Amino acid sequence: MAIDIESRTSVYDEEGRAVEELVLNVGPSHPSTHGVCRIIAHLDGEVVTKAEPVIGYLHRGIEKMAENRTYLQIVPLTDRLDYVGSMYANWAYCRAVERLAGIGVPERAEYLRVITCELQRVASHMMSIGSTGADTGAFTMFVYAFDVRERVIELFEALTGSRLTYNYVRPGGVAADAPEGWLDDVRRVVGQMPARLTELDRLFFGNTIARGRLKGIGVLDVPTAIAWGASGPVARGSGVGWDLRKSDTYSLYPRFDFDVPVGERGDAYDRARVRLWESVESCRIIEQALDQIEPGHVKAPGLPRLLKPRPGDAYDHIESARGSLGIYLVSDGSPRPYRMKVRSPAFCNLALLPLLAPGHTMSDLVVILGSLDPVFGEVDR
Amino acid sequence: MSGLLWGMLFGLLAGTAIALAALFGVWWERKVAGRIQMRFGPQEAGPAGLLQTLADTIKLVLKEDITPRLADKRLFRVAPLVVFTPVAMSLAVIPFAKGWAPLDTSVGVLFFLAVPSISVLGILLGGWASGNSYATLGGMRGAAQMVSYEVPRTLAVLSVVVLAGTLRPTLLLGRFQWWWLIATFAGFVVYLISSIAEMNRGPFDLAEAESELVAGYFADYSGIRWAVFMMTEYGSVLAASLFGAATFLGGGWPFGGLLGVVALLVKAVLITTLIIWVKWTLPRMRADQLMRLCWTVLTPIALVQLLIVGAVVPWL
Repeated sequence: MAIDIESRTSVYDEEGRAVEELVLNVGPSHPSTHGVCRIIAHLDGEVVTKAEPVIGYLHRGIEKMAENRTYLQIVPLTDRLDYVGSMYANWAYCRAVERLAGIGVPERAEYLRVITCELQRVASHMMSIGSTGADTGAFTMFVYAFDVRERVIELFEALTGSRLTYNYVRPGGVAADAPEGWLDDVRRVVGQMPARLTELDRLFFGNTIARGRLKGIGVLDVPTAIAWGASGPVARGSGVGWDLRKSDTYSLYPRFDFDVPVGERGDAYDRARVRLWESVESCRIIEQALDQIEPGHVKAPGLPRLLKPRPGDAYDHIESARGSLGIYLVSDGSPRPYRMKVRSPAFCNLALLPLLAPGHTMSDLVVILGSLDPVFGEVDR
Repeated sequence: MSGLLWGMLFGLLAGTAIALAALFGVWWERKVAGRIQMRFGPQEAGPAGLLQTLADTIKLVLKEDITPRLADKRLFRVAPLVVFTPVAMSLAVIPFAKGWAPLDTSVGVLFFLAVPSISVLGILLGGWASGNSYATLGGMRGAAQMVSYEVPRTLAVLSVVVLAGTLRPTLLLGRFQWWWLIATFAGFVVYLISSIAEMNRGPFDLAEAESELVAGYFADYSGIRWAVFMMTEYGSVLAASLFGAATFLGGGWPFGGLLGVVALLVKAVLITTLIIWVKWTLPRMRADQLMRLCWTVLTPIALVQLLIVGAVVPWL
């Protein structure tokens, strides 16, 4: 990248020397932007004075595309929103459709949804924690986290045939029942998980350099977190105990015993730690779900081939790995929605970057961005 | 005249040695890193993937040598050589056996500590001449870091010099006694850490910080010039490992003759492995933390080490 002479501003310090601010264009193609984010960073030496995210590089018009598809055809589109956690968008969308059309879901399907989505949470958090490692130069941490994630992705591959875009949760149930032995595989993998997560904790979060790099970086206080609509681990890292699985509980979550980990200081370290302990809690939920699940239907009986909900609107949200993911649907009675709107947690969380970055160094900028864990498929839609 | 010839011959030999060391070093690093990361590393090209680096080198040499439009072209082209040459030169004073070094000079230790510092100029040049903000930031970081870490590194080596009472590396090797290992252990640790910082390797690779500055001062280099930067890194690892083995670990001790040279090389490979292990385990430090570590931790430790050694020497 060339230095853009035009955008430089000349000011003078107390001794009359010309001081120039360096405008650094980070991205849209940069190792640490977690996709295609562009950040215009104003640097005073190494210190960031202003950071402005420029989004839209991955805009595909998914909300508009949804207006030209039938309700069932939209499910694969939602896969492409948060491509690190496709199950969530599937589920949030299907809940909105079910609410709109008044469809009930069989219990086994709900259990499968909970199991897959909690597995997805582990996979997604491993991606985030691994990137935190890569952002701070601990590439081995990235590989170890990805190894944990790979176990989950293999399970998804066996269940849905896909590793990234699952198209598994459907209005009125799930695409297909779990293949024989799959639930046992889940139990085996989940049983090994806590030990692996503890290993990650000791490898990275116990390390002095890692603590030095993450602690006190990008501190988000509670009023700001609430005012800016932060959700998920970003809000919980600051101590806001806002988890839709508890605070606006849905599906079968009341049946499970689990904790919502929260941080104390609201820095990058707390956000990353919250993700790690959430993964452990997810394993607890999955184990309880595996104990409770019983044979049965996985699709609501008597569903029409072409859904034509009554005119009206519906909104439903779930707790995705990034926060409160909501889908708003408006029906005009036709087989296609009149409007679909996605409330993307990654978008809201990314908006905090210009608040958190100033005063920190260039090295911290990538850590702060990583700690907000944006996925640009969901930010740009 | 014979001195000039000998110099040219040595230059050729040192260049070849560094190239071979880089070939082996890159392979060894990829193998060790692979094992650390639960994978195999290169294994297809040649026996156990030994030829992988050779294949990479051929690719790099054949690649287009790009000079960016905004670069200061002459400085941009010369920078890799300014980085590489001092490191190659520093190999000259390493005592491979008792009484033998390619260049046996009375100020060898000083030479080894001082000459590689010239590389800083090359890093600054490369960073500045690229006409790229990332490269400039990387060059500045690299310069600040390397200049600072000279201090604890020199102080650490000084403790061995005080014990041996000589700056001539070959003599230093001859006077080694086993208890120096214990007496200068803290100095060895400081030497190792500051050497890693000196050669810009993880966890102190701020100058090239992949996740922040993409590749730092050599972000705009490609092909053979990039390869020269890479070779310098492995040349520095080689030099620091050999010198550390020779000064702190007693060179060929407890063997003599040819076996001693082998022992020195084995010790150097062990130090290299330690350097690789550290890089692939730890996260990168931030610039201010790096400076704090240098001035508030390493330098005092090195000074205390020097004080202890200085207090011991008169009683010998």
